[in-house]
Amino acid sequence: MLTLQQHIPVKTPTAGQPVITISHLNKSFGKNAVLKDFALTLNRGEHLVILGKSGSGKSVLIKCIIGLLQPDSGSIEVLGEEITTLEHDALDQVRAKVGFLFQSNALYDSMTVRQNLEFPLRRHWIQVTQLEVDHMVQEALEDVGLAHTIDMMPAELSGGMQKRIALARTLILRPEIILYDEPTAGLDPITGREIIDLIMQVRQKYGSSALIISHDMNCVRLTADKVIVLFEGRPYATGNYATLERSEDPGVKQFFQ
Amino acid sequence: MQLPVKTRHFLEEAGSLSAFMGRFLTSIFKPRFEIGEFFRQCYVIGYRSLPLIALTAFIMGLVLTMQLRPSLIAYGVESQLPAMVGIAIMREIGPVITALIFAGKIGSSIGAELGSMKVTEQIDAMEVSGTNPFKYLVVTRTLAAMLMLPVLVLLGDAISLYGAYLGVNIKGATSFSLFFTQVFNNLAFSDVLPAFIKSFFFGLAVGLIGCYKGYYSSKGTEGVGRSANSAVVVASVIIFLIDLLAVQVTDALGVN
Ligand SMILES: Nc1ncnc2c1ncn2[C@@H]1O[C@H](COP(=O)(O)OP(=O)(O)O)[C@@H](O)[C@H]1O
Ligand SMILES: [Mg+2]
Repeated sequence: MLTLQQHIPVKTPTAGQPVITISHLNKSFGKNAVLKDFALTLNRGEHLVILGKSGSGKSVLIKCIIGLLQPDSGSIEVLGEEITTLEHDALDQVRAKVGFLFQSNALYDSMTVRQNLEFPLRRHWIQVTQLEVDHMVQEALEDVGLAHTIDMMPAELSGGMQKRIALARTLILRPEIILYDEPTAGLDPITGREIIDLIMQVRQKYGSSALIISHDMNCVRLTADKVIVLFEGRPYATGNYATLERSEDPGVKQFFQ
Repeated sequence: MQLPVKTRHFLEEAGSLSAFMGRFLTSIFKPRFEIGEFFRQCYVIGYRSLPLIALTAFIMGLVLTMQLRPSLIAYGVESQLPAMVGIAIMREIGPVITALIFAGKIGSSIGAELGSMKVTEQIDAMEVSGTNPFKYLVVTRTLAAMLMLPVLVLLGDAISLYGAYLGVNIKGATSFSLFFTQVFNNLAFSDVLPAFIKSFFFGLAVGLIGCYKGYYSSKGTEGVGRSANSAVVVASVIIFLIDLLAVQVTDALGVN
């Protein structure tokens, strides 16, 4: 069982150490080989973007990282733990340190905003008092600028607000790593821009590392320290935005037009 | 040997439903127990289906009595009306009709609820939030359906009998106490107990199939609709199959 103090990450993380290391990752569904010998390294404090077409296996990749999907073979090390072989309780402990912003937000629609935010806190067995819970919920909501929605139902909120509440729920456990699954998909450009700004504010405030999945070039340009192009199940090209933008390779070029 | 596609599909479905049931049975006894959610589901499931079950049970008791009366008059055994109706309701019609209404109301709503949770990744979100979604969603709902249906059947039986009492009183009068004395004098424990036991299985079928269809819902809003729909259809058919099996068992045990 974790306590709040044990759980909150140290404020000055050692920069540069890998927090996620993936190697030789393979995953197929029947005859559909989605990931083939995939590899990546995410370093502490870094924001890494995975760029790939729709259906290229980006969601499959991050679902493997958090243990929602079991890969066929390969190694996934998250915060020093090998995810693919972890027992249930140990897996939960790693999951408590990794935030996941789902593509479809995944807000519990039978619960209020407050209950949605309290859910991961209470379920991860962290011993906290009601006062601390209230305080953390309040702070997470203020982080996304939606403190006034605390007693509303998700269905009463707009798409952009739902995304922000989902982000607040992701932040409530102060994750060391945040996985963003297409954070701007399905939003209009202005709302998308607000989410991008929030991602950068979160980075400023918490110093978290992040893996961002996207094919929204605006989002890639503004958030990425490093970009990996996922193409045909493999890490096709790696570099920062500026170098990839100048690439003559057709597999890379298609994203920058 | 190549089985026809439909047959293979049916067998695969039966196999994965059995596996789902096995997982349910082994999950019941393993912690962590989601007691709070279980009681919430008992309340929701019971409360949501009670008005509909009460209404249909009342009408059924009343109509059954009015339909039976002319036949009994023809045979000169009109005085047996309360006993006849009582046996028909308690042994067969009460449990089966209540279970079918329950499947329509609760099976479909569980199927749709879990289906939409599946396609909007809420089930995945639970899993990464330190929660076993199978225990939190499936075990609680199935157990609640299994325990609430027998209670609803008993309530439905009582309401049906009240409807029957009014049905008897439309033509010719009988007192409340006389009617119920006649009903219960002709009912043995062996009439009531098997019906009560089979309603647990009806409840299990409705809960489990609703959860199964929702939990494995295919992507998209269309998938959610299909889950809700097939939850009702499959559960209804299985209710009749259980009914058929139950009568064979009671027959073989000689508890008729
Ligand atoms: N649970 C699953 N079962 C079977 N196939 C799946 C499953 N999840 C994803 N796929 C397949 O994997 C491929 C990649 O999907 P996904 O990772 O969701 O793409 P995206 O890059 O758009 O996020 C798709 O072809 C999809 O059909
Ligand atoms: Mg995706």
